[in-house]
Amino acid sequence: MSRSARVEKLRAQSLEAKPWISTERAELLTTFHKKHRQALPAPIQRALAFKYILGHKTIRINEGELIVGERGEAPKATPTYPEICCHSVEDLEVLNSRPKTSFATSEEARRVYAADIIPFWQGKTIREMIFRDMTQGWKDAYEAGVFTEFMEQRAPGHTVLDDKIYRKGFLDFEQDIDESLAGLDELNDRDAWSKRQELEAMRICIHALIRYAERHAEKIRQLAQETDDDVRRGELLEAADICDWVPAHAPRTFHEALQYYWFVHVGVITELNTWDSFNPGRLDQHLLPFYRKGLADGTLTEEKARELLQCFWVKFNNQPAPPKVGVTAAESGTYTDFALINTGGVTPDGRDGVNELTYIILDVIEEMRLLQPSSCLQVSKKNPDQFLRRAGKIIKTGFGQPSIFNCDVIAQELVRQGKRIEDARCGGSSGCVEVGAFGKENYCLTGYMNLPKIFEISLNRGVDARTGRRIGIDCGDPTDCTSFGELIDAFRRQLRHFVDIKIRGNNVIERLYAMYMPTPFLSLLIDDCIARGKDYHDGGARYDSSYIQGVGLGSLTDIFAAIKHHVFDAGVVPLSELLAALRDDFEGREPLRQRLWNKSPKYGNDDDYADDLMRSIFEVYFEAIDGRPNTRGGNYHINLLPTTVHIYFGSVTGATADGRRAGQPLSDGVSPVQGADRLGPTAVLKSVGKMDHVRTGGTLLNQKLAPELLETEEGLTNFVHLVRSYFLMDGHHIQFNVVTAETLRAAQREPEKHRDLIVRVAGYSDYFCDLSEALQQEIITRTEHKAF
Amino acid sequence: MLFRAPAPFLEGGSGAEIGGRVDQVGAGTVRPTARETTGCLQVKGTIVRGMIFDIMKFAIHDGEGIRTTVFFKGCPLECWWCHNPESRSSQPQRIYRAGRCIHCGACIEACPEDALARENGRIVADLSRCDLRGRCAHACPTEATAIVGKEMTVAEVMEAIRRDRIFYDQSGGGVTFSGGEPGMQLDFLCALLDACAAEGIHTAVDTCGHLPWEAMEQVVRRTNLLLFDLKVMDAELHARFAGVGNEQILRNLELLAQMRAVEGMPYDILIRVPVVPGVNDDDANFERLATFLSRLPGERLPVDLLPYQKFGRSKYEALGMPHRLAGTEPPPDEQMQRFAAILRSHCLPVTVRGVHDES
Repeated sequence: MSRSARVEKLRAQSLEAKPWISTERAELLTTFHKKHRQALPAPIQRALAFKYILGHKTIRINEGELIVGERGEAPKATPTYPEICCHSVEDLEVLNSRPKTSFATSEEARRVYAADIIPFWQGKTIREMIFRDMTQGWKDAYEAGVFTEFMEQRAPGHTVLDDKIYRKGFLDFEQDIDESLAGLDELNDRDAWSKRQELEAMRICIHALIRYAERHAEKIRQLAQETDDDVRRGELLEAADICDWVPAHAPRTFHEALQYYWFVHVGVITELNTWDSFNPGRLDQHLLPFYRKGLADGTLTEEKARELLQCFWVKFNNQPAPPKVGVTAAESGTYTDFALINTGGVTPDGRDGVNELTYIILDVIEEMRLLQPSSCLQVSKKNPDQFLRRAGKIIKTGFGQPSIFNCDVIAQELVRQGKRIEDARCGGSSGCVEVGAFGKENYCLTGYMNLPKIFEISLNRGVDARTGRRIGIDCGDPTDCTSFGELIDAFRRQLRHFVDIKIRGNNVIERLYAMYMPTPFLSLLIDDCIARGKDYHDGGARYDSSYIQGVGLGSLTDIFAAIKHHVFDAGVVPLSELLAALRDDFEGREPLRQRLWNKSPKYGNDDDYADDLMRSIFEVYFEAIDGRPNTRGGNYHINLLPTTVHIYFGSVTGATADGRRAGQPLSDGVSPVQGADRLGPTAVLKSVGKMDHVRTGGTLLNQKLAPELLETEEGLTNFVHLVRSYFLMDGHHIQFNVVTAETLRAAQREPEKHRDLIVRVAGYSDYFCDLSEALQQEIITRTEHKAF
Repeated sequence: MLFRAPAPFLEGGSGAEIGGRVDQVGAGTVRPTARETTGCLQVKGTIVRGMIFDIMKFAIHDGEGIRTTVFFKGCPLECWWCHNPESRSSQPQRIYRAGRCIHCGACIEACPEDALARENGRIVADLSRCDLRGRCAHACPTEATAIVGKEMTVAEVMEAIRRDRIFYDQSGGGVTFSGGEPGMQLDFLCALLDACAAEGIHTAVDTCGHLPWEAMEQVVRRTNLLLFDLKVMDAELHARFAGVGNEQILRNLELLAQMRAVEGMPYDILIRVPVVPGVNDDDANFERLATFLSRLPGERLPVDLLPYQKFGRSKYEALGMPHRLAGTEPPPDEQMQRFAAILRSHCLPVTVRGVHDES
């Protein structure tokens, strides 16, 4: 473990800083709009606002850092995006005082909000437009916890950069814009004028970011003059030269490449509060030519490369996810902003993509041990076992990173969705487990769908038992069903009803973003927005996918299995009796609850009885969603991931037939119900492997391993075999928590002694003590597999 | 089978290969009146059946790679330190785990023999009336009451083994037959070994060695790996702590080594030695072991030393059996290394819990 004194200091600064609300961006944006009241095409207006913010925001250079650029005035200073969601003063107070994922909010910030921000933005925000334009049916379902809505507080994001910035400077992008403009057919193309506006807006953004870099160079030169430290002066002058060169020009060195990316990253997360901040994708492959060239010409050493990467890591950790409130905070209760560094996999032409830099990056992940950026392995059958072993050694240290993806299956998934194979090979996962073609796709996660809740509504003939309100359709009296198939059919119709509501809402929301909130800066970076003259939010990307993420697959499988087994096959529990027990939350019916919990077939045990039901649910969900059109010229697909929403969804779902009490968490991702997998990891992998992952855009599997399993070399070998076997079955993703339940319980008792305990939550890691109590409990209950 | 984490008896829910179907456990079993000590061959017509008490997936300490371990019920030894006390009897047994019991009384109602009653917050059983047909276990909602031991066919066991085939192929693993003493159900074991061989699945047999040579020879000609347990070198101590003397065990090992030396190496042998404080944790025992092993013909056999672990106590309680080593602590690591050093000084290849350590 080696971190230089410089990195040690920067890392400590990042870890010690507490997230706080910065009003600078909100103030600059408001000032801009007050100054420019003339009507402008939306892309131009957004571009000018972007330019204004980058032109006036504080330039912050942290002591000793080699990569520069902060989104806020200081590490962990977190801006707000009032054009999307304008927080009320009460929101700010909640953010300040809530026990988990809080943001310090000063009195001055509240004053500024009350005096300037709220009066200007109230009534004009995307959030308000969304809730204004949604139907009553949509609102009922949303409030009941049938689904969530990603875009009500944050802008669409879910995209990742490819290799283009390592080949082209921003001035080269400007040439591309000129070519695209030259090709406009103003006579016959009725969109020509709109395209021109969009392209000119992109040009404004180019110069906004170049100017932003120049401002850094100016500030750095000023600091260089002020310092007495000759070594630091040299570093600063070098950094200033780099800021002069990138992003205007293509990078020439390892250092320039990293700095270039970082300016782009800050640009993306300043323009809008995109879901999944943004990320550089396959960093090991992108940086390799610069690394090799630097070593060859003597301008770089391995040690220097490590330090630069470590400095780069700190920059991610300095930027918490923008503050979320309400349901959105419940579905994604974390500071993590889902930048996910991909390593390994294959090259665009399909060769083994693991290289010497891959291992250096894995070292950096272990040495830095930071929540952000998150990291993952893309494992191809072509990659050496050594790659997985190295990751196993990091996972063994128990901070949940890196997660592991099946590169070969991801390529299949993307090709099935209609992508070119070379684009698919350059794809991977962003944020959690969702996949896309890096640099070429807008793959938008639109919200979670609560599958057990929908079945509950189906059993209650369209009524939400929690509120007594009718929000679904009446599919008939379930006790009249003579076969289990009829119950599945009722679920199918109920699901379709809610998916239709969700998609109708999504269609409106997509248009709102396209019309009111174009994103010309991000559009520069994603093919083929420039070539098409189209915004990222309006079908500019080469591929445009929308996702609805299914939640509670394991729970619903066990619910189905319990009903099928006890009611229909064995015929020992009448459905009416079971429904009455569920209504009463098993009050006075503990033996029945125990029987349902202990003596029903359960998903996660390689039991075909349960697993076949899982596959039926998968098919029903797939058919309800996959292939339906979105408004951006693309299609809907499914994925199965939860972030933290399985806690929230569980809290609104009554008792279930698998023996789960009302309000308890649902299963996460494609994992079995917590504690229901009783035959060890191979049985879990077999069960999950029966799903057709290739027809998804990502599935998430959590596994908890006892630390002793990875203690020995033999243990690591078995770990590699487990992962390889799962991937032979076309599993999409797997991630591990290597920590004992005792340690977690100790951390609950004495959080102050376990502040640094990091665990895997969903598609990301988090500090255990920062998690809600319900989520802490849920992680403890996830079955721990021991070596026997 | 010794020194493993506590194997769940029947904790499988209905998803378990064995555990979930407790309602069928014991049904139709012909119950011998006396405990058999050798050659428990259960042949019904042409279908060979065996008595199995657990099938454990992801077993990684019973041979190479990721394995499935099949536990045979019935053992000729009665080792004080045994972690699987349910393996001794060759018959199904009723177990009761008080910690899981919610005292709903479903078992009492279900028992046609009136063998169960409530007493001081526990369910107590008059086992003399129990017919082991498991209606109590079937009725129990929490698996507090269960029947351990299930009669299975070769086809049923093979179906369970095949389920993890992808892991064996990937890891170079396979199946391990353990127990109990799998050799006590010789026909069943041989049929399973043949079936695995036919499907190309690597096999290991974990034996206590206390079998007639004819049985041992049949086993060893069919398996890829023999895990041979050697407990205590002194015959009297062996008889005291394991219930029988070790003469037949040592004789079998000599014959195996001879056969292996004469015929080349048709199979591998790994000697496994539990290190149990107060039983065999003295230098003299390991000196004798080293001398014995180093005098065997042929190439030196590898030895794996397994420290006693404090698992299994809850099983004794659940079975209502006394645990005679209840207060014993695992041996310290330095001691394990010292015994390893003694064996190494006789040029024997040694591992401790599967780990090579020359220090």
